[in-house]
Amino acid sequence: MKCRGCRCSLLFVLGSMLLAAAPLAGEPAPSLLTANPSRAAALFFETPEPAQHVAEKLAELDQRITAAQSSADNAWMLVSAALVLMMTGPGLALFYGGLVRRKNTLAIMMQSFALMALITVMWALVGYSLCFGGSGPVVGGFEHAFLRGVGAEPNPDYAGTIPQMTFMVYQLMFAVITPALITGATAERMRFSGTVLFMVLWFLVVYAPLAHMVWGKGGLLSASLGGKFPTLDFAGGTVVHISSGVSALVCALYLGKRTGYPRQPMPPHSLVLSFIGACLLWVGWFGFNAGSALAAGSLASSAFVATHFGAAAAALAWSAAEWIKNGRASALGAISGAVAGLVAITPAAGFVGPMPALVIGAVAGVCCFAMVTRVKAAFGYDDALDAFGVHGAGGTIGALLTGVFAQQVVNPIFGVGKAVGGLDGHWGQVGNQLVGVLVAWAFALVGTTVLLKIVDLLTGLRVPEEHEQEGLDITQHGEEAYNLET
Amino acid sequence: MMKLEAVIQPSRFESVKDALREIGVEGMTVTEVRGHGRQKGHTEVYRGREYTVDLLPKIKLEMVLPDALVNRVVDTILKSAKTGKIGDGKIFLSRVDEAIRIRNEERGENAL
Repeated sequence: MKCRGCRCSLLFVLGSMLLAAAPLAGEPAPSLLTANPSRAAALFFETPEPAQHVAEKLAELDQRITAAQSSADNAWMLVSAALVLMMTGPGLALFYGGLVRRKNTLAIMMQSFALMALITVMWALVGYSLCFGGSGPVVGGFEHAFLRGVGAEPNPDYAGTIPQMTFMVYQLMFAVITPALITGATAERMRFSGTVLFMVLWFLVVYAPLAHMVWGKGGLLSASLGGKFPTLDFAGGTVVHISSGVSALVCALYLGKRTGYPRQPMPPHSLVLSFIGACLLWVGWFGFNAGSALAAGSLASSAFVATHFGAAAAALAWSAAEWIKNGRASALGAISGAVAGLVAITPAAGFVGPMPALVIGAVAGVCCFAMVTRVKAAFGYDDALDAFGVHGAGGTIGALLTGVFAQQVVNPIFGVGKAVGGLDGHWGQVGNQLVGVLVAWAFALVGTTVLLKIVDLLTGLRVPEEHEQEGLDITQHGEEAYNLET
Repeated sequence: MMKLEAVIQPSRFESVKDALREIGVEGMTVTEVRGHGRQKGHTEVYRGREYTVDLLPKIKLEMVLPDALVNRVVDTILKSAKTGKIGDGKIFLSRVDEAIRIRNEERGENAL
């Protein structure tokens, strides 16, 4: 996905300087700058020994440049991996934890935390290989099962300048947060055992194929590695947000409403926790999006800026909509808007400039506001913490708008000089985006429905009603979030 | 001996406490409570869902007083807890048969 032009030209310049200087080696050192190139070239052709010396020097230089770039990229990618992990715990755990009633605080946080451990182990065994091993159109293979062959050497198909080990652990963090997002829809009523089993299966059956289709070599929707319908998804609009958001809707419909919803009030128990969580998500998202450049170059800067601008515009748009409708701008509205903007800018981050990022954010802010306030109430499903309203809707809007606003000046993914998005002159890309969106929706709808049926038979999905009344903290985990008497 | 229970606005608590200390009240028990009388609550909106909050935060003071002090305490609370708006709370008085200090088993008004 990256341009190596800079490196090549740097090599060329250094090489010519060496060519100029080498024949003078051994003579009382004249400055490199004063060396006469024509004289140097003449000497070069006359004497074979220095030529060999030059070749060696060049090879050594090449090695050093590669090592230097690898170190720089690797440093950023390791930081990015850590930032993305921070989005799940504590980011999402706090965001969701504050939105539930106090009796379910630990249960929802524990679901995020359990996934940090669970998906990591799954990833090491087969997950990475299913996503990034092999080159089938739908799912990867077992080439890298048990992380075979994943070490210090880069994998040039994906990230040619960082150890594959870094690429592997970075992609793992995406696989961790994606199922964790779904817990927003199942909150306050799903069994822990059912959650664990469902998430493991969902990761294998829905996430891994989608990640491979969009990002994997030869994947059906891959934009740069030979996909039939090249879908632009820089950091996971389809793979992460549509997949989790649509699955969240299916879960909400399958599980049914929480006891007492919507008659009984269920306000968030601590917006302070949610506020801290949302701010951590915002910061972590820089690793998520700018890190998806897979290098520390200018594309990362561009994605960083687009991410930040998208979030800001969406926070303002949601707040403005709320101000107009309710007469007040709430803190919950502002942070929900920021998250919606971050979701929508995710697929676009490395393809659009700052101004389109503002537009994408603003559209997502208003649309997601309408989704969680109007659409949810109209249809009556109980998407408890609005995982579908924010991630499903925001992801879909972002994926489609990416097709409109993507620009080759930002990222010439289809080759230098070739239009990328609609406004660039390639409206067909919106069609490709639509295919990507439909595939992701279909996969999530069917996969999640089947898996819920299976898990329902094996462990059951919902806790008994009296456990729901008592709260999942005590009934599922045997502890309480707040022991005020001690 | 009389037991006095007063439910007051949280915002008035500090001035009530200071005023009572000035007239020589030596002890009290304070609890944060929620409740409502004739006062209406307010609505809160979370992601488009409206909730009516009708149980509002109040402070409840409890103290047992020698008969001689009761009227002065009631006057002091009336003066210092009043904002003049609905929701200022109430004072309840009831007779207490016995008081016993656990440390040395003193009884009656001596135990207060």
